[in-house]
Amino acid sequence: MEIPTIVGAGLIVIGVGIGIGRIGGSAMEAIARQPEASGKIQSAMIIAAALIEGIGFAALFAA
Amino acid sequence: MYFCADFKMTLESRVMQTKRFGFLVLLFSFLMSTSMMASDSHGESGEISMKEQIRKDIDHHLKDSHSFHLWGDHDEGTAVGFPLPIILWDGQIHTFSSSEFHHSENNVVESKGSYFREYHSKIYSTDAEGSITYDENHEFVANDKPIDFSITKNVFSLILISALIFWIFSTVAKRYKNDPVPRGMSKIFEPLVIFVRDEIAIPNIGEKHYKKYMNYLLTVFFFIWMINLFGQTPLGINITGNIAITFALALITFLITTFTANKNYWGHIFWMPGVPYLMRVVLAPIEVLGMFIKPFALLIRLYANISAGHVVIMSIIGLLFVFENWFARGAFLGLGLFLSVIELLVAFLQAYIFTMLSALYFGSAVEEPHADH
Repeated sequence: MEIPTIVGAGLIVIGVGIGIGRIGGSAMEAIARQPEASGKIQSAMIIAAALIEGIGFAALFAA
Repeated sequence: MYFCADFKMTLESRVMQTKRFGFLVLLFSFLMSTSMMASDSHGESGEISMKEQIRKDIDHHLKDSHSFHLWGDHDEGTAVGFPLPIILWDGQIHTFSSSEFHHSENNVVESKGSYFREYHSKIYSTDAEGSITYDENHEFVANDKPIDFSITKNVFSLILISALIFWIFSTVAKRYKNDPVPRGMSKIFEPLVIFVRDEIAIPNIGEKHYKKYMNYLLTVFFFIWMINLFGQTPLGINITGNIAITFALALITFLITTFTANKNYWGHIFWMPGVPYLMRVVLAPIEVLGMFIKPFALLIRLYANISAGHVVIMSIIGLLFVFENWFARGAFLGLGLFLSVIELLVAFLQAYIFTMLSALYFGSAVEEPHADH
Protein backbone atom coordinates (compact mmCIF):
# COMPACT_ATOMS: atom_id res chain seq x y z
CA MET A 1 0.00 0.00 0.00
CA GLU A 2 1.64 3.19 -1.10
CA ILE A 3 1.69 6.37 0.91
CA PRO A 4 -0.86 8.36 -1.18
CA THR A 5 -3.38 5.55 -0.78
CA ILE A 6 -2.99 5.53 2.96
CA VAL A 7 -3.16 9.31 3.22
CA GLY A 8 -6.28 9.30 1.06
CA ALA A 9 -7.93 6.66 3.20
CA GLY A 10 -7.13 8.67 6.30
CA LEU A 11 -8.68 11.79 4.83
CA ILE A 12 -11.80 9.88 3.88
CA VAL A 13 -12.23 8.57 7.38
CA ILE A 14 -11.73 12.06 8.79
CA GLY A 15 -14.44 13.34 6.46
CA VAL A 16 -16.88 10.62 7.41
CA GLY A 17 -16.12 11.08 11.07
CA ILE A 18 -16.73 14.82 10.98
CA GLY A 19 -19.93 14.40 9.00
CA ILE A 20 -21.48 11.76 11.20
CA GLY A 21 -20.26 13.53 14.31
CA ARG A 22 -22.03 16.72 13.32
CA ILE A 23 -25.22 14.85 12.53
CA GLY A 24 -25.09 13.09 15.87
CA GLY A 25 -24.44 16.37 17.62
CA SER A 26 -27.31 18.24 16.07
CA ALA A 27 -29.57 15.25 16.62
CA MET A 28 -28.71 15.30 20.31
CA GLU A 29 -29.41 19.02 20.53
CA ALA A 30 -32.72 18.61 18.79
CA ILE A 31 -33.74 15.78 21.11
CA ALA A 32 -32.75 17.91 24.08
CA ARG A 33 -34.97 20.70 22.86
CA GLN A 34 -37.99 18.53 22.15
CA PRO A 35 -37.90 15.06 23.68
CA GLU A 36 -41.25 14.06 22.16
CA ALA A 37 -39.84 14.12 18.65
CA SER A 38 -36.93 11.85 19.57
CA GLY A 39 -38.27 8.91 17.53
CA LYS A 40 -38.38 10.87 14.30
CA ILE A 41 -35.06 12.53 14.96
CA GLN A 42 -33.44 9.19 15.63
CA SER A 43 -34.66 7.70 12.35
CA ALA A 44 -33.55 10.74 10.40
CA MET A 45 -30.15 10.58 12.08
CA ILE A 46 -29.67 6.92 11.20
CA ILE A 47 -30.63 7.55 7.60
CA ALA A 48 -28.24 10.45 7.22
CA ALA A 49 -25.46 8.47 8.89
CA ALA A 50 -25.96 5.56 6.53
CA LEU A 51 -25.84 7.84 3.51
CA ILE A 52 -22.59 9.41 4.61
CA GLU A 53 -21.11 6.03 5.40
CA GLY A 54 -22.10 4.88 1.94
CA ILE A 55 -19.97 7.55 0.34
CA GLY A 56 -17.19 6.82 2.80
CA PHE A 57 -17.11 3.14 1.98
CA ALA A 58 -17.30 3.76 -1.74
CA ALA A 59 -14.36 6.11 -1.55
CA LEU A 60 -12.44 3.66 0.65
CA PHE A 61 -12.91 0.96 -1.91
CA ALA A 62 -11.64 3.21 -4.65
CA ALA A 63 -8.61 4.17 -2.60
CA MET B 1 -44.08 -1.86 55.41
CA TYR B 2 -43.85 -2.10 51.72
CA PHE B 3 -42.01 -5.23 50.77
CA CYS B 4 -41.64 -5.90 47.11
CA ALA B 5 -45.11 -7.28 46.90
CA ASP B 6 -44.69 -8.30 43.30
CA PHE B 7 -41.39 -10.04 43.74
CA LYS B 8 -43.18 -13.33 43.35
CA MET B 9 -42.46 -13.81 39.69
CA THR B 10 -45.28 -15.20 37.74
CA LEU B 11 -44.69 -18.30 35.74
CA GLU B 12 -44.95 -16.37 32.52
CA SER B 13 -42.32 -13.83 33.38
CA ARG B 14 -39.99 -16.59 34.53
CA VAL B 15 -40.47 -18.37 31.26
CA MET B 16 -39.76 -15.11 29.45
CA GLN B 17 -36.56 -14.62 31.42
CA THR B 18 -35.34 -18.10 30.66
CA LYS B 19 -36.26 -17.66 27.04
CA ARG B 20 -34.43 -14.37 26.85
CA PHE B 21 -31.35 -15.82 28.50
CA GLY B 22 -31.47 -18.86 26.28
CA PHE B 23 -31.76 -16.66 23.24
CA LEU B 24 -28.71 -14.64 24.27
CA VAL B 25 -26.70 -17.80 24.85
CA LEU B 26 -27.74 -19.12 21.47
CA LEU B 27 -26.85 -15.85 19.78
CA PHE B 28 -23.39 -15.66 21.31
CA SER B 29 -22.56 -19.27 20.64
CA PHE B 30 -23.74 -18.84 17.07
CA LEU B 31 -21.59 -15.80 16.56
CA MET B 32 -18.62 -17.54 18.18
CA SER B 33 -19.06 -20.42 15.80
CA THR B 34 -17.86 -18.20 12.99
CA SER B 35 -14.54 -18.00 14.79
CA MET B 36 -14.53 -21.72 15.49
CA MET B 37 -15.05 -22.60 11.87
CA ALA B 38 -11.70 -21.05 11.08
CA SER B 39 -10.12 -24.45 10.94
CA ASP B 40 -6.78 -25.35 12.36
CA SER B 41 -5.40 -26.16 8.97
CA HIS B 42 -4.07 -22.64 9.10
CA GLY B 43 -0.90 -24.08 10.55
CA GLU B 44 2.44 -23.44 8.89
CA SER B 45 2.12 -25.31 5.64
CA GLY B 46 5.71 -24.99 4.67
CA GLU B 47 5.78 -22.74 1.68
CA ILE B 48 3.05 -20.24 2.48
CA SER B 49 3.45 -17.99 5.46
CA MET B 50 0.63 -17.44 7.92
CA LYS B 51 -0.28 -14.02 6.62
CA GLU B 52 -0.56 -15.19 3.04
CA GLN B 53 -2.59 -18.17 4.10
CA ILE B 54 -4.97 -15.86 5.91
CA ARG B 55 -5.20 -13.57 2.93
CA LYS B 56 -5.91 -16.52 0.70
CA ASP B 57 -8.64 -17.78 2.97
CA ILE B 58 -10.32 -14.39 3.26
CA ASP B 59 -10.25 -14.14 -0.50
CA HIS B 60 -11.74 -17.58 -0.72
CA HIS B 61 -14.56 -16.59 1.58
CA LEU B 62 -15.35 -13.41 -0.28
CA LYS B 63 -15.36 -14.77 -3.78
CA ASP B 64 -17.72 -17.12 -5.52
CA SER B 65 -16.69 -20.69 -6.14
CA HIS B 66 -17.84 -23.67 -8.10
CA SER B 67 -18.12 -26.03 -5.19
CA PHE B 68 -19.65 -25.68 -1.77
CA HIS B 69 -16.80 -26.19 0.61
CA LEU B 70 -18.05 -26.49 4.16
CA TRP B 71 -15.01 -27.23 6.24
CA GLY B 72 -11.73 -29.07 6.05
CA ASP B 73 -8.73 -28.59 3.88
CA HIS B 74 -8.33 -29.50 0.25
CA ASP B 75 -4.65 -30.30 0.45
CA GLU B 76 -4.95 -32.57 3.45
CA GLY B 77 -7.85 -34.38 1.91
CA THR B 78 -10.24 -33.73 4.74
CA ALA B 79 -12.47 -31.35 2.82
CA VAL B 80 -16.17 -31.69 3.45
CA GLY B 81 -18.50 -30.17 0.97
CA PHE B 82 -20.12 -30.91 -2.29
CA PRO B 83 -19.34 -29.95 -5.87
CA LEU B 84 -21.82 -27.92 -7.82
CA PRO B 85 -22.80 -28.47 -11.44
CA ILE B 86 -21.12 -26.46 -14.15
CA ILE B 87 -23.13 -25.39 -17.15
CA LEU B 88 -21.26 -23.86 -20.05
CA TRP B 89 -22.26 -22.64 -23.46
CA ASP B 90 -19.90 -22.21 -26.33
CA GLY B 91 -22.15 -23.19 -29.20
CA GLN B 92 -23.40 -26.28 -27.46
CA ILE B 93 -24.34 -26.93 -23.88
CA HIS B 94 -21.81 -28.65 -21.65
CA THR B 95 -22.76 -29.80 -18.22
CA PHE B 96 -20.59 -31.63 -15.80
CA SER B 97 -19.85 -31.65 -12.13
CA SER B 98 -17.16 -29.38 -10.83
CA SER B 99 -15.45 -32.30 -9.09
CA GLU B 100 -14.16 -33.42 -12.48
CA PHE B 101 -11.85 -30.46 -12.53
CA HIS B 102 -9.97 -31.96 -9.63
CA HIS B 103 -9.62 -35.37 -11.19
CA SER B 104 -7.07 -34.39 -13.80
CA GLU B 105 -3.69 -32.89 -13.01
CA ASN B 106 -4.06 -29.71 -14.94
CA ASN B 107 -7.68 -29.03 -14.08
CA VAL B 108 -8.67 -29.87 -17.65
CA VAL B 109 -12.02 -31.42 -18.41
CA GLU B 110 -13.12 -32.74 -21.75
CA SER B 111 -16.74 -32.53 -22.73
CA LYS B 112 -18.24 -33.22 -26.16
CA GLY B 113 -14.99 -32.57 -27.88
CA SER B 114 -13.94 -29.27 -26.32
CA TYR B 115 -11.62 -28.89 -23.44
CA PHE B 116 -12.10 -26.58 -20.53
CA ARG B 117 -9.76 -25.63 -17.81
CA GLU B 118 -10.38 -24.00 -14.49
CA TYR B 119 -7.63 -21.49 -13.91
CA HIS B 120 -7.79 -19.22 -10.87
CA SER B 121 -11.46 -20.11 -10.47
CA LYS B 122 -12.42 -18.99 -13.97
CA ILE B 123 -13.20 -21.39 -16.77
CA TYR B 124 -11.47 -21.07 -20.12
CA SER B 125 -11.65 -22.99 -23.37
CA THR B 126 -8.39 -24.66 -24.05
CA ASP B 127 -6.82 -27.62 -25.83
CA ALA B 128 -6.05 -31.10 -24.61
CA GLU B 129 -3.04 -30.12 -22.54
CA GLY B 130 -4.76 -27.20 -20.93
CA SER B 131 -2.49 -24.45 -22.17
CA ILE B 132 -3.15 -20.95 -21.04
CA THR B 133 -1.88 -18.07 -23.16
CA TYR B 134 -1.47 -14.57 -21.89
CA ASP B 135 -1.79 -11.46 -23.98
CA GLU B 136 1.14 -9.17 -24.80
CA ASN B 137 1.35 -7.37 -21.51
CA HIS B 138 1.16 -10.64 -19.57
CA GLU B 139 -1.76 -9.38 -17.56
CA PHE B 140 -4.86 -11.05 -18.85
CA VAL B 141 -5.46 -14.54 -20.05
CA ALA B 142 -6.10 -14.56 -23.77
CA ASN B 143 -8.00 -17.84 -23.97
CA ASP B 144 -11.62 -17.72 -25.00
CA LYS B 145 -14.14 -18.09 -22.28
CA PRO B 146 -17.37 -19.99 -22.73
CA ILE B 147 -20.49 -18.35 -21.39
CA ASP B 148 -20.73 -19.59 -17.85
CA PHE B 149 -24.16 -20.44 -16.56
CA SER B 150 -22.97 -22.69 -13.77
CA ILE B 151 -24.70 -23.05 -10.50
CA THR B 152 -22.02 -21.59 -8.31
CA LYS B 153 -22.05 -21.23 -4.54
CA ASN B 154 -23.74 -17.84 -4.74
CA VAL B 155 -26.43 -18.99 -7.14
CA PHE B 156 -27.08 -22.05 -5.04
CA SER B 157 -27.39 -20.07 -1.81
CA LEU B 158 -29.55 -17.48 -3.55
CA ILE B 159 -31.96 -20.16 -4.68
CA LEU B 160 -32.05 -21.67 -1.20
CA ILE B 161 -32.67 -18.36 0.53
CA SER B 162 -35.30 -17.31 -1.98
CA ALA B 163 -37.06 -20.61 -1.46
CA LEU B 164 -36.92 -20.03 2.29
CA ILE B 165 -38.38 -16.53 2.02
CA PHE B 166 -41.03 -17.78 -0.36
CA TRP B 167 -41.99 -20.60 1.95
CA ILE B 168 -42.12 -18.31 4.98
CA PHE B 169 -44.35 -15.77 3.36
CA SER B 170 -46.67 -18.17 1.64
CA THR B 171 -47.22 -19.91 4.96
CA VAL B 172 -47.85 -16.61 6.69
CA ALA B 173 -50.27 -15.52 3.97
CA LYS B 174 -52.18 -18.79 4.08
CA ARG B 175 -52.73 -18.47 7.80
CA TYR B 176 -54.60 -15.23 7.32
CA LYS B 177 -57.32 -16.81 5.23
CA ASN B 178 -59.18 -18.37 8.13
CA ASP B 179 -57.96 -16.41 11.07
CA PRO B 180 -57.33 -12.65 11.13
CA VAL B 181 -55.28 -12.91 14.32
CA PRO B 182 -51.63 -13.65 13.70
CA ARG B 183 -50.24 -16.81 15.26
CA GLY B 184 -46.83 -18.38 15.30
CA MET B 185 -44.59 -17.17 12.52
CA SER B 186 -47.01 -14.44 11.53
CA LYS B 187 -46.40 -12.79 14.87
CA ILE B 188 -42.93 -11.75 13.74
CA PHE B 189 -43.63 -10.96 10.16
CA GLU B 190 -46.82 -8.96 10.45
CA PRO B 191 -45.21 -6.06 12.34
CA LEU B 192 -42.33 -6.11 9.87
CA VAL B 193 -44.62 -5.90 6.87
CA ILE B 194 -46.57 -3.13 8.54
CA PHE B 195 -43.30 -1.38 9.29
CA VAL B 196 -42.37 -1.45 5.62
CA ARG B 197 -45.78 -0.17 4.68
CA ASP B 198 -46.21 2.57 7.26
CA GLU B 199 -42.69 3.82 7.75
CA ILE B 200 -41.15 3.29 4.32
CA ALA B 201 -43.80 3.13 1.65
CA ILE B 202 -46.51 5.57 2.68
CA PRO B 203 -44.35 8.50 3.85
CA ASN B 204 -42.25 8.39 0.71
CA ILE B 205 -44.68 7.40 -2.01
CA GLY B 206 -47.93 8.77 -0.69
CA GLU B 207 -51.30 7.25 -0.06
CA LYS B 208 -52.42 7.13 -3.68
CA HIS B 209 -49.75 5.04 -5.34
CA TYR B 210 -47.98 3.09 -2.66
CA LYS B 211 -49.75 -0.17 -3.30
CA LYS B 212 -48.20 -0.63 -6.70
CA TYR B 213 -44.74 -0.66 -5.24
CA MET B 214 -45.33 -2.59 -2.06
CA ASN B 215 -44.54 -5.93 -3.69
CA TYR B 216 -41.11 -4.86 -4.78
CA LEU B 217 -40.30 -2.99 -1.58
CA LEU B 218 -41.23 -5.93 0.62
CA THR B 219 -39.30 -8.33 -1.58
CA VAL B 220 -36.17 -6.26 -1.63
CA PHE B 221 -36.30 -5.55 2.10
CA PHE B 222 -36.54 -9.15 3.21
CA PHE B 223 -34.27 -10.38 0.46
CA ILE B 224 -31.39 -8.12 1.42
CA TRP B 225 -31.94 -8.62 5.13
CA MET B 226 -32.01 -12.42 4.96
CA ILE B 227 -29.02 -12.56 2.66
CA ASN B 228 -27.01 -10.25 4.88
CA LEU B 229 -27.90 -12.38 7.89
CA PHE B 230 -26.88 -15.56 6.12
CA GLY B 231 -23.60 -13.91 5.22
CA GLN B 232 -22.81 -13.76 8.92
CA THR B 233 -23.05 -17.53 9.29
CA PRO B 234 -19.91 -19.63 9.17
CA LEU B 235 -20.90 -21.15 5.85
CA GLY B 236 -18.94 -18.54 3.97
CA ILE B 237 -21.84 -17.33 1.84
CA ASN B 238 -21.18 -13.88 0.52
CA ILE B 239 -24.02 -12.87 -1.77
CA THR B 240 -24.65 -9.17 -1.26
CA GLY B 241 -20.92 -8.73 -1.07
CA ASN B 242 -20.84 -9.56 -4.74
CA ILE B 243 -21.12 -6.50 -6.88
CA ALA B 244 -23.09 -8.28 -9.59
CA ILE B 245 -25.96 -9.03 -7.21
CA THR B 246 -26.23 -5.51 -5.87
CA PHE B 247 -25.91 -4.23 -9.41
CA ALA B 248 -28.93 -6.32 -10.40
CA LEU B 249 -30.95 -4.98 -7.46
CA ALA B 250 -30.06 -1.38 -8.22
CA LEU B 251 -30.82 -1.97 -11.89
CA ILE B 252 -34.30 -3.21 -11.07
CA THR B 253 -34.92 -0.16 -8.91
CA PHE B 254 -33.73 2.06 -11.73
CA LEU B 255 -35.93 0.31 -14.29
CA ILE B 256 -39.00 0.54 -12.09
CA THR B 257 -38.37 4.22 -11.45
CA THR B 258 -37.88 4.98 -15.12
CA PHE B 259 -40.78 3.00 -16.44
CA THR B 260 -43.42 4.06 -13.96
CA ALA B 261 -42.53 7.71 -13.92
CA ASN B 262 -45.06 10.31 -14.88
CA LYS B 263 -44.61 13.47 -16.87
CA ASN B 264 -43.87 15.51 -13.80
CA TYR B 265 -40.77 13.44 -13.09
CA TRP B 266 -39.36 13.91 -16.56
CA GLY B 267 -40.29 17.55 -16.36
CA HIS B 268 -38.23 17.93 -13.25
CA ILE B 269 -35.24 16.37 -14.96
CA PHE B 270 -35.20 18.11 -18.27
CA TRP B 271 -37.27 21.22 -18.06
CA MET B 272 -37.65 22.01 -14.42
CA PRO B 273 -40.41 24.47 -13.64
CA GLY B 274 -39.65 27.56 -11.62
CA VAL B 275 -36.06 27.94 -12.82
CA PRO B 276 -34.88 30.54 -15.37
CA TYR B 277 -34.47 29.12 -18.85
CA LEU B 278 -30.71 29.43 -19.13
CA MET B 279 -30.25 27.59 -15.86
CA ARG B 280 -32.48 24.79 -17.10
CA VAL B 281 -30.13 24.10 -19.99
CA VAL B 282 -27.23 23.95 -17.60
CA LEU B 283 -28.95 21.83 -15.01
CA ALA B 284 -30.47 19.24 -17.34
CA PRO B 285 -27.27 17.20 -17.95
CA ILE B 286 -26.57 17.21 -14.24
CA GLU B 287 -30.02 15.91 -13.53
CA VAL B 288 -29.63 13.17 -16.13
CA LEU B 289 -26.36 12.20 -14.51
CA GLY B 290 -28.08 12.20 -11.15
CA MET B 291 -30.70 9.84 -12.54
CA PHE B 292 -27.98 7.25 -13.04
CA ILE B 293 -25.87 8.06 -10.04
CA LYS B 294 -28.65 7.52 -7.53
CA PRO B 295 -29.07 3.78 -8.20
CA PHE B 296 -25.31 3.52 -8.58
CA ALA B 297 -24.90 4.88 -5.06
CA LEU B 298 -27.43 2.29 -3.86
CA LEU B 299 -25.36 -0.44 -5.37
CA ILE B 300 -22.03 0.76 -4.04
CA ARG B 301 -23.37 1.42 -0.57
CA LEU B 302 -24.74 -2.09 -0.09
CA TYR B 303 -21.74 -3.79 -1.66
CA ALA B 304 -19.12 -1.81 0.23
CA ASN B 305 -20.84 -2.03 3.61
CA ILE B 306 -21.29 -5.77 3.51
CA SER B 307 -17.91 -6.60 1.99
CA ALA B 308 -16.06 -4.33 4.36
CA GLY B 309 -17.84 -5.92 7.29
CA HIS B 310 -16.90 -9.40 6.17
CA VAL B 311 -13.28 -8.46 5.51
CA VAL B 312 -12.90 -6.81 8.91
CA ILE B 313 -14.39 -9.69 10.85
CA MET B 314 -12.40 -12.30 8.98
CA SER B 315 -9.20 -10.32 9.37
CA ILE B 316 -9.72 -10.14 13.10
CA ILE B 317 -10.35 -13.87 13.23
CA GLY B 318 -7.25 -14.36 11.14
CA LEU B 319 -5.32 -12.30 13.64
CA LEU B 320 -6.17 -14.93 16.22
CA PHE B 321 -3.78 -17.25 14.46
CA VAL B 322 -1.00 -14.76 14.02
CA PHE B 323 -0.62 -13.94 17.67
CA GLU B 324 0.84 -16.44 20.11
CA ASN B 325 -0.09 -14.60 23.28
CA TRP B 326 -3.36 -15.92 24.68
CA PHE B 327 -4.36 -12.64 26.21
CA ALA B 328 -4.16 -10.95 22.83
CA ARG B 329 -6.12 -13.79 21.29
CA GLY B 330 -8.85 -13.39 23.87
CA ALA B 331 -9.02 -9.65 23.24
CA PHE B 332 -9.32 -10.14 19.51
CA LEU B 333 -11.94 -12.81 19.94
CA GLY B 334 -13.95 -10.40 22.05
CA LEU B 335 -13.53 -7.70 19.44
CA GLY B 336 -14.61 -10.09 16.72
CA LEU B 337 -17.67 -11.03 18.71
CA PHE B 338 -18.55 -7.40 19.27
CA LEU B 339 -18.17 -6.65 15.59
CA SER B 340 -20.34 -9.63 14.69
CA VAL B 341 -23.14 -8.22 16.80
CA ILE B 342 -22.75 -4.87 15.08
CA GLU B 343 -22.86 -6.65 11.74
CA LEU B 344 -26.29 -7.96 12.63
CA LEU B 345 -27.45 -4.39 13.07
CA VAL B 346 -25.78 -3.42 9.82
CA ALA B 347 -27.61 -6.23 8.03
CA PHE B 348 -30.94 -4.77 9.02
CA LEU B 349 -29.86 -1.19 8.52
CA GLN B 350 -28.60 -1.70 4.99
CA ALA B 351 -31.80 -3.46 4.01
CA TYR B 352 -33.77 -0.58 5.51
CA ILE B 353 -31.70 2.07 3.76
CA PHE B 354 -31.91 0.36 0.39
CA THR B 355 -35.66 -0.02 0.67
CA MET B 356 -36.17 3.50 1.94
CA LEU B 357 -34.14 5.08 -0.81
CA SER B 358 -35.89 2.97 -3.43
CA ALA B 359 -39.20 4.16 -2.00
CA LEU B 360 -37.92 7.73 -2.14
CA TYR B 361 -37.06 7.39 -5.81
CA PHE B 362 -40.41 5.79 -6.55
CA GLY B 363 -42.07 8.62 -4.70
CA SER B 364 -40.33 11.22 -6.79
CA ALA B 365 -41.35 9.31 -9.90
CA VAL B 366 -45.07 9.49 -9.18
CA GLU B 367 -45.13 12.88 -7.56
CA GLU B 368 -47.97 15.17 -8.56
CA PRO B 369 -47.00 18.71 -9.50
CA HIS B 370 -47.32 20.94 -6.47
CA ALA B 371 -48.49 24.46 -6.44
CA ASP B 372 -45.44 26.52 -5.60
CA HIS B 373 -44.02 26.64 -9.13
